[in-house]
Amino acid sequence: MSLKRKDLLSLAPLSVDEIKLMLDTADSFKEVTGREIKKVPTLRGKTVVNLFFEPSTRTRTSFELAAKRLSADVINFSPSSSSVVKGETLLDTARNIEAMQADVIVLRHSSAGAADTLARGVKSSVINAGDGWHEHPTQALLDLYTIRERGLGFEGLRVAIVGDVSHSRVARSNIYALTKLGAEVRLVGPPTMMPWGIEKLGVTVYSNMDEGLRGVNVIMMLRLQLERQGRALFPTIREYARLYGLTAERVKLADSGAIVMHPGPINRGVEIAPDVADSLSSVILDQVANGVAVRMGILYLISGAG
Amino acid sequence: MTVRRKGDGIAVQPIWIKNGQVIDPGRFVGVGDVVIEQGKIAAIGPNLSGPPGCAVIQATGMLVLPGFVDLHVHFREPGFEYKETIQSGSAAAVAGGFTTVCCMPNTSPINDNQAVTEFILERARVAGLANVLPVGAITKGSEGKELAEIGDLRRSGCVAISDDGQPVMNSLVMRRAMEYARAFDLTVVDHCEDLHLAEGGCMNEGLISTELGLPGIPAAAEDVMVARNLSLSELTGARLHLAHLSTAGSVRMVREAKVRGIKVTAEACPHHFTLTEEVVRGYNTHAKMNPPLRTWEDVQAIKDGLRDGTIEVIATDHAPHATQEKQQDFTEAPFGIVGLETAFSLTLRLVEEGVLSLEQAVAKLTSAPAAAFGLKKGTLAVGADADVAIVNQHAQWEVDPSKFRSKSRNTPFAGWKIKGQVKITIVGGRVVFEAGSSEQ
Repeated sequence: MSLKRKDLLSLAPLSVDEIKLMLDTADSFKEVTGREIKKVPTLRGKTVVNLFFEPSTRTRTSFELAAKRLSADVINFSPSSSSVVKGETLLDTARNIEAMQADVIVLRHSSAGAADTLARGVKSSVINAGDGWHEHPTQALLDLYTIRERGLGFEGLRVAIVGDVSHSRVARSNIYALTKLGAEVRLVGPPTMMPWGIEKLGVTVYSNMDEGLRGVNVIMMLRLQLERQGRALFPTIREYARLYGLTAERVKLADSGAIVMHPGPINRGVEIAPDVADSLSSVILDQVANGVAVRMGILYLISGAG
Repeated sequence: MTVRRKGDGIAVQPIWIKNGQVIDPGRFVGVGDVVIEQGKIAAIGPNLSGPPGCAVIQATGMLVLPGFVDLHVHFREPGFEYKETIQSGSAAAVAGGFTTVCCMPNTSPINDNQAVTEFILERARVAGLANVLPVGAITKGSEGKELAEIGDLRRSGCVAISDDGQPVMNSLVMRRAMEYARAFDLTVVDHCEDLHLAEGGCMNEGLISTELGLPGIPAAAEDVMVARNLSLSELTGARLHLAHLSTAGSVRMVREAKVRGIKVTAEACPHHFTLTEEVVRGYNTHAKMNPPLRTWEDVQAIKDGLRDGTIEVIATDHAPHATQEKQQDFTEAPFGIVGLETAFSLTLRLVEEGVLSLEQAVAKLTSAPAAAFGLKKGTLAVGADADVAIVNQHAQWEVDPSKFRSKSRNTPFAGWKIKGQVKITIVGGRVVFEAGSSEQ
């Protein structure tokens, strides 16, 4: 089976089969990343451009490593280090890149919908590496992969996503994918951090963290954007940490085999206590490792090498 | 008003519009003729005869209407001539049947003083197409702090005041503006938006903004300012006009305010009674405007408001933007769409749906807006300026933005097949637009 899509822009429109195909494909590349020589010739002669309008170390590095392990040529292009000036539209920038015969453009942008705009304007395949508050599909796919790797099935799985859902692309992608796969998704956080009507996407909202965590199999913490303090979403970091920080005590409310996830980078002592981040139930570093395999799979499927 | 054509001073030929379906809202409805002499309506009624040497327009099967009056356009000049000029905007206006347009002050520089007002009027005179009437700023630089020289603005030709697009957030300043404007019997126009509630928003806040991850503008951002303005109008006795209502809450409050006798008029734009926020899906920047497209319920409320007279005016909020600006990603693209060349046809859809009678629809484009700003326009009464639109109500056409007279192409209606074609537009007794003629 192959993926019949030019682009990966969001998980919202994907079918369950497509999501499973991506996870299964990642499996075979996970095996590659475990070899002594972690490289296959799959994308030799193809060009992958990482077009990052927002600073990101881990996602860009993960894509870069994934592309290199597939033997693609990789170019990193970010506005701060390029000739992109104010006034040049995203589309102009992308067409320039396309003219250099890029096969795949990996886009990170601060505006929701930027990947959609780009995909409409260029022939290259586009992978959304995070657009504003909209989606971050590869992050959610690596989260799913990590959950599955831990032996957890999705049907009936109870997942709590904790934090600022309003401003989180990671949350949206996970909500779309997990609900499609039959999981029960709970969102935990103050109402100021819940976007309007989110329950209509088939999730349950909890403003009390203890209630939200009771019996869950997966605790997915979101990074608190500290600069939002005082901007009326929450009064202080101190109060936020007390109400919505994940402590060892709170982990005990979850199912005994529950895993703790975080898309990183973590604010130790804010949304997650240091001992929890480093505990056995934490799979945070597995997520990072799996990110490369998952992105190899996506690059492979999207570039039509399948 | 002096009648001019290229080569000042030559009086224009009289015109006899024969046998049309004439609608002069509240005055005359029926098959008849309209005679124009010396730039004025000379006669209206059945079976007239034209004066010697007149030009004859055979209007059988056509609607003969007062030229439309648009209280809300952005002509971008001075400052943003790459989007629109007074010349191109006027050409778009008359192509859409509009003979009088009121241009908002958010140019660069802002129209907050006599010099800018006079510049706009001079450019309009040179264009020689539509009557372009400037709306002056409420505050200096539309910064919401100090009152602009409103008396001077009035004297030099402004017909209303507004800080459109940068609403006056300070309620005391707004109160003083309303009080002061009473001295000149000027209507105060407000774009009702609480800028704090709307901060960063680029579409209606609701399920779709949640799904798309776009920052939302809640309906409450409009509602709270409508409430404030109604209270201030009640306090000051000022004549208030509320621009482009988009929410059910606004309509409800205006309806109630009218019952209590507050001097308020309200307008709705074709896009707000035609489209919902669904159109934003796919991050369509031609669906990005302010106020944003709202929900189905809001659209119904706007239609109800139009039906029961709560909203008496249809205005376009014609907001041209260059293609490259609208090609940016959704959050960065500017707000607004062009509207002058599609407004009449979209209004006719309300007649087809049974929301408005044809006469009501015409009134909302002519006599009602004229009354809201106290303009002697929007009528075919004998002695009125001969501003006339002759339209084929049933002719269907496909919206092709490349054929717009406007400099800009930003419309969500591209490809729509709509009915109602403007055939001839007359301003001050002079034919300024004829369908099918490419001559401008």
